[in-house]
Amino acid sequence: MTSHRLGWAPYALLLPSLAFLAIFFAVPMVSAFGLAFQDASGAWGLASIRRMLGDAQFREALLTTLVLIVAIIPVQFALALAMALVINAKLKGAGLWLYVYALPLGISDLAAGITFFAIFTERGWLNSGLEGLGLIERPFIFLNYQTPFWLIFAVVLAESWRATAIIMVNLVAGLQGIPRDYLEAADVFGATLWQKIRRVILPLLRPSIQVSLILRTILAFQAFAVVIALAGSGLTVLSSEAYRWYGEYRDPNVAAAYAAFILVLSVVSTLLFLWLLPVRREQVG
Amino acid sequence: MAEIRLDGVTKTFDRKVRAVDDVQLTIADREFMVLLGPSGCGKTTLMRMIAGLEYPDGGRIAIGGRDVTDLPPRRRDIAMVFQSYAVFPHLTVFENIAFGLRMRKMAKAEVARKVERAAVLVQLEPYLGRYSAQLSGGQRQRVAVARAIVMEPSVLLMDEPLSNLDALLRLTFRAELKKLVAELNTTTIYVTHDQIEALSLGDRVAVMREGRVVQHGTPMAVYDRPATSFVGSFIGSPPMNFLRGRVEGQNGDLRVRLGEHALAAPAALAGHAGREVLLGIRAENIEAETTVVPDAISARTEVVEPLGSHLLLTAVVGDQRLKLQTRTDFPAAPDAPLWLRPEPDKLRWYDPETSQEIAAG
Repeated sequence: MTSHRLGWAPYALLLPSLAFLAIFFAVPMVSAFGLAFQDASGAWGLASIRRMLGDAQFREALLTTLVLIVAIIPVQFALALAMALVINAKLKGAGLWLYVYALPLGISDLAAGITFFAIFTERGWLNSGLEGLGLIERPFIFLNYQTPFWLIFAVVLAESWRATAIIMVNLVAGLQGIPRDYLEAADVFGATLWQKIRRVILPLLRPSIQVSLILRTILAFQAFAVVIALAGSGLTVLSSEAYRWYGEYRDPNVAAAYAAFILVLSVVSTLLFLWLLPVRREQVG
Repeated sequence: MAEIRLDGVTKTFDRKVRAVDDVQLTIADREFMVLLGPSGCGKTTLMRMIAGLEYPDGGRIAIGGRDVTDLPPRRRDIAMVFQSYAVFPHLTVFENIAFGLRMRKMAKAEVARKVERAAVLVQLEPYLGRYSAQLSGGQRQRVAVARAIVMEPSVLLMDEPLSNLDALLRLTFRAELKKLVAELNTTTIYVTHDQIEALSLGDRVAVMREGRVVQHGTPMAVYDRPATSFVGSFIGSPPMNFLRGRVEGQNGDLRVRLGEHALAAPAALAGHAGREVLLGIRAENIEAETTVVPDAISARTEVVEPLGSHLLLTAVVGDQRLKLQTRTDFPAAPDAPLWLRPEPDKLRWYDPETSQEIAAG
């Protein structure tokens, strides 16, 4: 409103963040793209992209990544919404639940992966528990490359435990932005709890849901540490292929091609969510 | 088709603030009851308890002979117009009005028929496809009203539905609302802090203060015979005048001394002999003369305010002030002497300590 009188000050204040973004995001991104379109000798071309697409692991990595996204995101949203509603109900001790729910946010993803490894491994807590209860006679091997279902199950569980709170925080903020009158109007006009959630809360939460979906999907495309910790090489995702090409095959160009591919997928999914869940101005209170 | 019975309804917030205190009130079937009071008097809390949005600490609430105290709002057969209107921003006007019917899973054709009829009643047909953000405040208010009446509820609750409109619109909508509610012929509770709204709309007015119903009665009864000096000063514009005077004399010849003047007092004041009482009189019940009149109270004009239809005078009697109305052709002038004759049957007497009415006339 009064920016014309502030002159250069706002831009000067933006400068540090711009510099940060340029140095740590823009430059690496551009150089990664540059690497992806060069071969080992530094010649420009599609050779590295072709090697990535032709890689035996490529299809499996892409498929696993997509399966993880499809499995994790609905579970996380249902959980996050339930948690957010519990917190927003303002019952006694609801504040405590916020901390309990948010606790995994303070744990690094590798540590989370190792924690769940300790649960699912051959002599882990789950097997000890089941044996103790007499439900099984000898340890069941969950984390085996021959049983991808259990590998994916463990990764979905660990990722859900670790990252649901991010969505919850977003949804709680969104819920708190919904005027109480709307919810009370729903009550007065006969909505049951489920009708209230479906017909009033979810539509009004749309902006928060959209942001969380975008954020969560981008993070899921980058899933790495939890997969490595739980499955080792038994399960491969796009980012672990990038790591393998860089670390094992010493080929930064193909690794960069994977990185660029993940970025493209992230952008496409973001655009998809923006298109599927448009937030129209006249529909926001 | 429902009488509302409030029996000892009480609500305390944070264990100390008593918002509603032992309210005993019956609202007759098809009656238009206005809950009137200053902000914080508990009127909105009381309505919210009737709606089921607030749970009372004590007492029972019955609608149509059915105890609804423990029922959620959706099982009470009520509809409500919110002060903020609470028109859903993600739904069109049509879907907003249809909301309650959809929750009841009513057949589509019937929903459309009812919504259209309600839209005609509140003149919203051209706007059925719009969203809340594309409507004016007045149109949003109509959506809120239509959404409530389309439910054909046993009880219609309205929480200050006109307070967010500008003054001119409020005047128009007040009359429209009165007509609409009269046609619906349903039990209605209307919360307001605006005494003119209360007087103009209600079959009955319940005046609340500090969580209690101080007085209830027809608008004219509440205006004419306020049960306490609070009601007298809250209802009416200007508020009722209150003058302090000492009760003198014996049985049979009681008088109240107002400055140099002694006013004949009703026998009911005998118990207050030798003590001060408050004399309540409304501005339009005082006759004024500019020449000496026997038996009139001598006063001095302080301020003259022409208000178009009449003059509003501020007069000084001894060390007390009062307001009175005169015709516009009254020769009033600041500082001019004035002789006042209150209409004897409009005198109201109050105990200055309890503020309760002692006697009338």
